[in-house]
Amino acid sequence: MNGISPELVRHVALLSRLELSEGETCRFGDDLANILDYVAKLNELDTSSIPPTSHSFKMSNVFREDVVQPSLTNPEALANAPDAENDCFKVPAVIQEL
Amino acid sequence: MPRYEPVIGFEVHVELCTNTKIFCGCSTRFGAPPNTQVCPVCLGMPGVLPVVNRKAVEFAIRTAIALNCGITKYTTFDRKNYYYPDLPKNYQISQNYASLGTSGWVDIDVNGTVKRVRINNVHLEEDAGKLLHPEIPGANYSLVDLNRAGTPLVEIVSEPDLGTADEALAYMNTLKNLLEYIEVSDCKMQEGRLRFEVNISLRESGAAKLGTKVEIKNLNSMKTALKCIGHETRRQTALLERGEKVFQETRLWDEAASVTRAMRSKEVAHDYRYFPDPDLVEIHITDEWQEQVRAHLPELPDAKRQRFIAEYDLPEYDARLLTASKTVATYYERAAAAHNNPKAISNWMMTEVLRELRERDIEPDDFPLKPEGLAAIVEMIDDARISGKIAKDVFAKAAQSGRDPGEIVNAEGLLQVTDTGEIEKWVDEAIAENPDMVAKVKAGQTKTFQALVGQIMKKSRGKANPALVNELLKSRIP
Ligand SMILES: [Zn+2]
Repeated sequence: MNGISPELVRHVALLSRLELSEGETCRFGDDLANILDYVAKLNELDTSSIPPTSHSFKMSNVFREDVVQPSLTNPEALANAPDAENDCFKVPAVIQEL
Repeated sequence: MPRYEPVIGFEVHVELCTNTKIFCGCSTRFGAPPNTQVCPVCLGMPGVLPVVNRKAVEFAIRTAIALNCGITKYTTFDRKNYYYPDLPKNYQISQNYASLGTSGWVDIDVNGTVKRVRINNVHLEEDAGKLLHPEIPGANYSLVDLNRAGTPLVEIVSEPDLGTADEALAYMNTLKNLLEYIEVSDCKMQEGRLRFEVNISLRESGAAKLGTKVEIKNLNSMKTALKCIGHETRRQTALLERGEKVFQETRLWDEAASVTRAMRSKEVAHDYRYFPDPDLVEIHITDEWQEQVRAHLPELPDAKRQRFIAEYDLPEYDARLLTASKTVATYYERAAAAHNNPKAISNWMMTEVLRELRERDIEPDDFPLKPEGLAAIVEMIDDARISGKIAKDVFAKAAQSGRDPGEIVNAEGLLQVTDTGEIEKWVDEAIAENPDMVAKVKAGQTKTFQALVGQIMKKSRGKANPALVNELLKSRIP
């Protein structure tokens, strides 16, 4: 079984912006290890002669032409926003000034 | 020689001048009211499907060709995962595993010396939105405008081949000119169309081993990039001289303080977990497609220079100067089309026009004197309607006001006098008023002869035809 350290769980949680309690960190460590073990079964197959692909279907070159289509109106765009101000989405301040 | 020397590489982001965004039909026009050029796709709504803009791919192929890159036959899009409020999907669609162009180069001219800069790769990605900070002091929120989200970007990644600020400037200028030449972007830096990121490390002068690399983001003009290179070189030098270490990190340029600042490592965890975007299928760039793009490539600077030499019979020097920027070359071609004296027009461009543009720091499009006006001035000289000296005055006036040069000449009575009778009058007056000079001329002093010509030109307020003045004066003083 893969060992997933608490540090790795905390790192993954940070990347996903999740706040975990100590108990959750421990539990998710086990869960993640189980999932990885399950997926690792695929490694038992010999795929050395199969080229890597990113899609299950063979399709390429699906394009659109460079022609402007109508956009949403501003009220439509903001309709689902939890908060808005001055025609913009309103979000918590980002600590890092960019 | 300083103990340490900088090793500099660039990542340049170019907003492409397509009509629409890269994965949806929203307009890319700059300056629209906030959140009015957005749709479910570029807002990152669940369940939507992005579809690639063919033009954006072609512009990227064009860029890769112009930078002498190999074109990847099968190219794909990948998701770069990170959280930031200007990124509605929480991932940016970019190219990580199969960049569209790889292993290219571009030659830059650094004060007369040509240097080759290697291009690691050219790839396509989407731009993020814009974060606006409320002007209320202490406000604990930000506002997001997603009009820019999804604008197609080409990112040009160089190898760390630059060693001085001069080289960095030449590289940035060369890229800008090239991108303008191939018409993939208008490169307006004040609108954020062209943005720079630099990576800098220091090494012992002359040593081969590279030091630790620091990346600096957020550079919106060439001037800022240069200031940042200067600052970062001094900062790292000071660290090393104190025996401290340079950390590998991403820093931000703080324009107000003119310093770089470390980003908090927690927020920039370089762990983007790239994976192929399942919503976007592979792009197959066939040889035919590549050839088609190549065939329709607008004329590149080198080809234009060669053509200027052949078509206008210009010296290499002139052709190089006139083709260094596409907008200058276009100005020249319009002037040369309006009056057939390409060399004279080239001379006026190189001396007067380029100087005015430099002094005012403007582009040819914003220069009040239009190319046809410049051609008219040269034509009036060629037709002996005005002298070269008067032409300079007319040019200065037209360059200020944009008035039509022909109209200036007429309104101010500057037409050259070629009427022998009138010129004879000025010649005789000058002879009568300057007996000493006449004596000296008779004694063989050619310098005084020229001074006397000057006297006559002055009487005519510069309007007498100088050749006629010379001829008449000679006949009067045997
Ligand atoms: Zn859209």
